[in-house]
This record gives sequence, structure tokens and C-alpha cells, in this order.
Amino acid sequence: MANVIRRQTPAARLGRGLLYGVLILAALFYILPLVVMLMTSVKPLSEISAGSLLSFPQNPTFAPWTKAWGEACTGMRCDGVGGYFWNSFAIVIPAVLISTTIGALNGYALTKWRFKGSELVFALMLFGCFIPFQVVLLPMAQTLGWLGISSSRAGLILVHVVFGIAFTTLFFRNFYVGIPNELVSAAKLDGAGFFRIFWRILLPVSAPIIVVSVIWQFTQIWNDFLFGVAFSAHNTQPVTVALNNLVNTSTGVREYNVDMAAAMIAALPTLVVYVLAGKYFVRGLTAGSVKG
Amino acid sequence: MAALEIHNVRKEFGSERVLKDVSISIDSGEFLILVGPSGCGKSTLMNAIAGLEPVTSGNIYIDGEDVTWRTPADRDIAMVFQSYALYPSMTVRQNISFGLEMRKVPKAEREAAVERVADLLQITHLLERKPAQLSGGQRQRVAMGRALAREPKVYLFDEPLSNLDAKLRVDMRTEIKKLHQRLGTTIVYVTHDQVEAMTLADCIAVMRDGHILQLGSPDEVYNNPVDMFVAGFMGSPSMNFIRATLEDDNGGYQLRIATPGEDELVLPWPEERIAPDMAERLNQPVILGLRPEHFSEEDERLTSQAEGTLLSASVAVVEPTGADILLRLPLGEQEVTARVGPKCAVVAGERLSLRVDMGRAILFDAETEQRIA
Repeated sequence: MANVIRRQTPAARLGRGLLYGVLILAALFYILPLVVMLMTSVKPLSEISAGSLLSFPQNPTFAPWTKAWGEACTGMRCDGVGGYFWNSFAIVIPAVLISTTIGALNGYALTKWRFKGSELVFALMLFGCFIPFQVVLLPMAQTLGWLGISSSRAGLILVHVVFGIAFTTLFFRNFYVGIPNELVSAAKLDGAGFFRIFWRILLPVSAPIIVVSVIWQFTQIWNDFLFGVAFSAHNTQPVTVALNNLVNTSTGVREYNVDMAAAMIAALPTLVVYVLAGKYFVRGLTAGSVKG
Repeated sequence: MAALEIHNVRKEFGSERVLKDVSISIDSGEFLILVGPSGCGKSTLMNAIAGLEPVTSGNIYIDGEDVTWRTPADRDIAMVFQSYALYPSMTVRQNISFGLEMRKVPKAEREAAVERVADLLQITHLLERKPAQLSGGQRQRVAMGRALAREPKVYLFDEPLSNLDAKLRVDMRTEIKKLHQRLGTTIVYVTHDQVEAMTLADCIAVMRDGHILQLGSPDEVYNNPVDMFVAGFMGSPSMNFIRATLEDDNGGYQLRIATPGEDELVLPWPEERIAPDMAERLNQPVILGLRPEHFSEEDERLTSQAEGTLLSASVAVVEPTGADILLRLPLGEQEVTARVGPKCAVVAGERLSLRVDMGRAILFDAETEQRIA
């Protein structure tokens, strides 16, 4: 607020105090679900049934976490969500890398090597961002069947790559549009070709948009449930599907603490990614819009 | 053999014709400047020479070889861009040697070339910096260094000085001229600044609407413009265009300038400058072109013509520039600019007697704007 010049009258101070009060309340309200989840996940079951939702845990225990990770029943099998957690990684990492790479190349070609109809191609790719997932479930199942990769990790990776390309292309295209064409012209005159220009000139300045693309794709694919549930088998399920199965498998008492712990485990990677790289995410999204 | 020959080049974007039958030929070591207002096609022509944009028809030859359909890399040219286009992620050293690296020049030779160029342009102390850490003038030098590292057949300069401040622009202009004199390279240089064109060029091509209006030495273009556009574009302040009527004067010619409410103004046309088609334009409106320096104070001797023609006018505005004084004075229906010496003590509102050097005046057709004499 150093750049706002204003006399500090008592009324102004009061106004400012009120403003901060409202903002803090709003922030607390937004963080409440996460706090409740976290508190519930470390409470023993007895405390949950006896106490209120908002009471602090009296005897914190990590037993629900270990159970959720290694013992909880997800459908017929009772080996927790741990295995599926790694499943998710095995799907997300290749899918993110492939879709980001293709998106970067697409964006580069659509901006720096314009061809007749390149705008149409881009418009169609943009259209891909608005196609609801449900619409393609059946044709996609058929395609995966033809390719012989239904119910496999490779199949899920393919689905996510296909869907991700629309977004990653959009990101990179809009980023590269802001990079002067003269850079590419200069490199052409210097004797560099398509891939060399991409690798040596454009990629080194693409860090902000790569971060955006990776975070976006990671979050999207990690959080995906529909494709996961539709196109996976027992052993290739992502953690979101496992979490759903865990919560829906009720034998006797509902273990809210285990459910919450499993949900926390499932949400952790995206949280971590966002906390670590969120700053770059915002920076990358606004890159180019403001010169500085 | 011509270092660069452009033969009937046309360029169309859809139905819009940007270049209409452009032909130029320059010799090795010549400095060609393409000059014209924005949108005249000069940058398009430059891009066509560089191979960054295909031409619709016509041919481009570099050193006798037809390069019309070759890629930019295969044309053996180097280019300095208006925005400099330095690779932002590379150091100055890497920027300069990138072109050599792409052409698989051995590392030792590359290093030597970088040293040579850095020395030439006095940027040795900047070699390890990134472009973002350089000032505008330094970036400009690096951009030139990148072009000079290779020794191509033709250098292309696309408005290289337009992003510099006034003082630096003049300095770099001199430096480019020195470099050209020293290295004897063939240069094609695009600018919209007529001062740059006059000072640097061996040969100027004045362009407008995709045509080359005039191709000639700076002296020719300045003193013998083919039409009113070229005459008005070259020179600052620009040439005065005065509406007049061509009349018979005992076998010779004279120009009558309508001066409502004042004495008639008649300027005799010098005998030695009579052109054959003046006869058919008798008693027709013409445009008299006079540069500001074609006027001088009465008591100053003219160089080309002993006497000149005297005329008197009241001074509207006095604009001292330091080196000389620009006077704005009404002449007939229009206001003209005259350049007089810095000692001239006239103030606005006074009447002043001026000599006009009709020996250097130029006559244009009022309709076609083409030169008559």
C-alpha cells in the first residue's frame, strides 16, 4: 500500500481495519474445509462420533493415514490407496510431458511457421477445449479397443494427451505470439532450421509458459475421475477412482477419519505442486500482458 | 558482375499488390538505400531479398546466381533487424557466433571471428552479457556484430537506427559509413529517414506504393528529382512548391506567381534550363520547386548564378536553428521556407529582399506532378 497516498485519519484506519477483517474472514471461510479434513483425518473414530466437526483432536493419531495408505478396502481388495497413488503418477507424468511437448511444438508452428489455414487449425484446436468429456467416452472406448490399449495405463495416457493438447497448444500459441517474429527470421538467416530454432531460441525463453502448462496439465490429469473410472482396470486405476471406491465400500461403521486421510493423500500432490510453483503459475499466465 | 540484381519482382498479398515490377541492380561494394514513407513496400522488398517472404513473380540474383527460391540460409546474406532480434537467452558472444555455429565453422575459427568483430565494434567488454543487460546502442552494435561475424555477399539493414535516440543515431550513422568504407561490403539499407539516405548511400532508391520512383546517387535524387514526391521527400525542410503560370517572355519563359492584393511576382526562367516540352505548356499552371537554400539574402553572393532574381516578401515566422535561420514567408497563395545565414537580423513582420537561385529551380507539371525542367 506504499503507493497509495492518503492521510491516516482515524476513520481511514477504521475503514482499513474493517476491510482486512472481512478479507481475513473470507480467507478463513475458504480454508475451513481443508482444516476440517485435516483435523478429522488425525482423530480416532471415537472422537469423531462423540465430538463436533470443528473440535480440535484430543489424541491425534496417524493410524487413519497408514490405514488409508496400506489397509483400507477399495472394493474387493483391501490394500489402501498407496498403490493407486503411484498408478496416478505413472499416468500423470508421461501424459503431462507428452502433452506439454506437443503443445509447445504446435504453438511454435502455429505462430512462427504460419501456413495456409493455420488460423483454422488453431480455431479447431481451441474448440477442443470446450468439448465435454462425456461426449467422447464411447468413441474413445472404441478407439482404445482398436488400438488394443483399453484398460491399460498407455490408454489413459493417450486419452489425457489428446485432451490436453487443446489446452497446451492454446497456452504456447498465445505465449509465442508475443515473441517477435524477427527472432525467428534472424535465426533462419543464421542457418537454423525448424527444430533448431525451437530448441535454441524459443525453448530457453519459454520457462514461464512451461510452468503454466505443466501445472495445469498435472492438476487436470491428477484430478480426473471420469476417464479414470471409464478406461482403467483394477490394477491401472488412478488414485481418484480408488478414493471413490474406498469411500463407497462400507462394511459396518463408516471410518470418516480414514476417508479424510485418503482424500488428503489424493489431493496432496496437486497441493504441493501449486504451493511450490503457484507463484510461477500466476507469473506465467500474466507474462506478456504487462511489459516489465 | 552485379552483387545483387532484382529483376521485375512483384509481390501480392491476396489482391493487394505491394511490389509492382521492381528492378534494381547494384555492384559489389555499393551501398544501396531503399527509402520511402511507411507502406511503400521497402520492407517487403527487403524481406524478399532476404528470402523471408516469397515473391509472386520475378527473380532475385545474388552474385549472378538465381536465389529466388532458395531459403534465407542458402542465400549467403546477413541482416540487421530494426528490433535487433538478439537471441534473449544467449550471451553476446553466443549471439555473434550462432550463425557460424549453424554453418559448422570450427570452434577456433568462431572464437577468432567473435574477437575480430568485437574489436571492430568495441564490444569486447560486453561479450559475456545477455542482451537484456545492454543499452539500446550496445544492442545495436551487437546486432551489427552478428551480421559482420560471417562474411556474406550482401548485408541487409532494416531501419537499424530507428530505435536509437537522436545523438546516438548520428554517431552510429557515421560508424556505419566508416565500416562500409573500411570493409567495402555490399549493403542494402532500408530507412524512412531521408537524412540517413543522403548521408550513407552510394545509390538511393526512392519508393512509393510498390514502385521505385527514382534510382540514383544522392546528388541526383536531391538535385534532379523526377517528380514532386521525390523532390518533397528528400531534404529537410522539404522543397517549396509554388503554384505559377508559365508565360512567354520575348522568346524565353517566365513564371507568374499570383499574389492577390499585392504586386505581381514574375520570375524569369533561365535560358540554359529551357526544356523542349515547355513550349506546349505556355499559359498553363505549373509548379515551381524551390529548396529553402535556393533563397538567400540580397547582399549575399550566390554561388551558381551571379545575380539570381530578387523578390521581396514579408517574413511571417523566424526560426533560428543555430547553424542558420529558417524563415517562413508568404509567396503568392502559399507559405514558403527560406534558409538564410545565422547573422540575418530580420524579425517577424518585416519585409525582406531575397535572391532566388532560379538556376537550381525545378519545374513540375501541376497535374501529373512529373518534372518538366
